Amino acid sequence: MKIKIGAGILAFFALMAIAGPALIGADPAATSEAGLQGPSAAHWLGTTQTGQDVLVQIVYGARVSLGVGLLSAVIATVLAVAVGLVGGYVGGVVDEVLSVLTNIFLVLPALPLIIVLAGYLPQRGVASVAVVIAVTGWAWGARVMRAQTLSVRRRDFVQAARATGEGPLRIVFFEILPVLLPVIATSFLATVVAAILAEAGLSFLGLADLSTVSWGSMLYFAQNGQALLIGAWWWFIPPGLCIALIGTGLALVNFGIDEIANPRLRTIKVPRKARA
Amino acid sequence: MRFLARRLGFYLLTAWAAVTLNFLIPRLMPGDPVELLVARMKGNVEPAAIDAMRRAFGLSDASLWQQYLDYLGNLARGELGRSITFFPAEVSTVIAESLPWTVGLVGVATLISYLIGTSLGVLLAWKRGTWLDGVLPAATFMHAVPYFWVALALVFVFGVTLQWFPASRAYGLDVMPGLTGEFAGSVAYHAALPAVTIVVASMADRILGMRNVMVTTLGEDYVVMAEAKGLTSRRVMWAYAARNAILPNITSFALSLGFVVGGSVLTEIVFSYPGIGSMLLKGVENEDFPLMQGIFLVISLAVLVANFLADLAYVLLDPRTRQESE
Repeated sequence: MKIKIGAGILAFFALMAIAGPALIGADPAATSEAGLQGPSAAHWLGTTQTGQDVLVQIVYGARVSLGVGLLSAVIATVLAVAVGLVGGYVGGVVDEVLSVLTNIFLVLPALPLIIVLAGYLPQRGVASVAVVIAVTGWAWGARVMRAQTLSVRRRDFVQAARATGEGPLRIVFFEILPVLLPVIATSFLATVVAAILAEAGLSFLGLADLSTVSWGSMLYFAQNGQALLIGAWWWFIPPGLCIALIGTGLALVNFGIDEIANPRLRTIKVPRKARA
Repeated sequence: MRFLARRLGFYLLTAWAAVTLNFLIPRLMPGDPVELLVARMKGNVEPAAIDAMRRAFGLSDASLWQQYLDYLGNLARGELGRSITFFPAEVSTVIAESLPWTVGLVGVATLISYLIGTSLGVLLAWKRGTWLDGVLPAATFMHAVPYFWVALALVFVFGVTLQWFPASRAYGLDVMPGLTGEFAGSVAYHAALPAVTIVVASMADRILGMRNVMVTTLGEDYVVMAEAKGLTSRRVMWAYAARNAILPNITSFALSLGFVVGGSVLTEIVFSYPGIGSMLLKGVENEDFPLMQGIFLVISLAVLVANFLADLAYVLLDPRTRQESE
C-alpha cells in the first residue's frame, strides 16, 4: 500500500518533469504585466513579482530539481557501491582505510561543505552542482553496502564461486552485486531525497545556477522579492510543497520495502487486550 | 573505557581530516581563489586584504608541504586569517561573535526536538494500531520538508500575518545587550520562531527512528515476560522497552547532527539570525574565502564534539561499553 502511494506520487512528478514542459508550452521566464496576482483561472497558481506564471515555473522546475537529484544520486551511489563493495569484500588494510574515509564523510556536516565547495566553483552549472552534492553524499550508502557485503561474502554461493576459481572482480560484480540490488535501490532513493533537498538549499541561497528555473531558485526569488511581506503565499508554498511531496513519495517506497523486510513495522491492527 | 578511547581516536582523525580538507579545497578547486576574488571585485580590493588573504591560505611560492606546515602552525595559534567582508577584522573574531548565537539556538532546539520526538516515537510504537498511527503519514511528510521552507511558512503565518513573533534579528532594537531579564526575554522571544523551525523540521526523523526500533524491541521476550509478570504498562513501556530501544536511536541521532546543523544554517539565513550560518552565507556571497573556510572548520569541529557527547551518553546508558574485557 505504502509502496503504491509512494510510487504514484513519484510517477506524477516524473511525468511532470518529462512531459510537462511540452504540454504546457509556455516559457517559464516570460514576464508579463500581471505581477503578484493570486491564483485565478488564467494563472492557476498565481504570478510572481515580474508576472511569471508560478505553475509554469513549477513544471519546468521539476525537470531541474529531479534532474540534479537523480544525477547526483547516481554518482553518489556508484561511489558508495564501489567503496562499500571493495572494502567489504577485500577486507584488511584496504577495508580499514575505506571505512575510516566513509565514517569521516558521514560525520562531516554535508551542507556547509557543499556551500563552501559551491563558493569556489567558477561557474555553477547544473552538472557541477550535482557533482558537488554527490561528493558529500555517498558515505551513508557506502556504509550500508559494506555491512551487506560483509554478510553476503560468507555465504555458501560466494564460497562456491571462489572454490571454482572465479576472479575477485567477477565475484564482486556478478555474484555479490546482484544480491545487493534491493539494498542499493533503497539507498539510491534515500540519496535522491537528500540530493533534492541539498540542491533546493543551495539554490535558495542563490549558490546554484539562478538562470535556470528550479524549485530552490523559485524560493530564492520569492524570498528576495519579499513574497512573505506582500503575502504572496502562492509564490513560495508550491515549490516547497513539491519538494516535500517528492521526499514523501520516496520515503513511502523505502518504508514499504522496510516493512516487507521487517513485518513488525507494519501498522496493522494488533489485538492487545492486556494494554487497556 | 576502550570504547571511548577508540571513539576519541576516530574524532581526532576526523578533525585532522577536516583541517586537511580545509587546506586542500582552495588548492584543488579550479582557479586561484585570490585571483578569482580580485577579478570579481574588478580590482576593488585593498592590497593589504590580498596580502592578508594569501597569508591566510598560506599561498606562497614555498613547497606544498611547507605551506601545509605553515597552515597548521597558524591554526594552532588560532589564526584563521582576516575576513574580506569585515576587513580588517580577524575571522576568529567574527566567528567568536556569531558562534554563541548558533550554539544556543541549535543546542536548545535540538534537545527539545530529541526529547519530544523520541517520546512520541515510543508512544506511537506502544499504541500501534490505534488512531495515533495517523501521525505516521504526517511524520513521513515532515521528514522530507526543507528547513528553510518551514522557516518561510512560520515567518509568513506568525511573523507577518499574525505578528505574534518577530521574524528577524536575535533581540529587539530597543534592548541593550547585557545580563538583564529584559534582554534575556527579548532573546527568547526572537529565538521562538527559528527554534520551532528546527524542532518541527528535525523531529520527524526522531519519531520515525524511535518508533521503528521500539516496535522491534516490543517483540522481544523480556518485554513479553515483563508484561506476563503483571508490571504496569508504563513501567514496561519506559523501563523495559524504551530503555533498550534508545541505544540505536542515540547512534542515529549523532549521525543526523550534521544534517540538523545544515538545516540550521538555512534557518538562520531566513531569520537573519546573527549566527554562524548567516555569516557563512555572507562569506560565500562576498567571495570571503577565509571566512567561509574558518566557519566550515568550526562547524565541523562542533559537530565532532557533539558526536563525542552522544558517545558519552551512550557509555552512560549502556553498561556493556564500560566493560574492560572484550
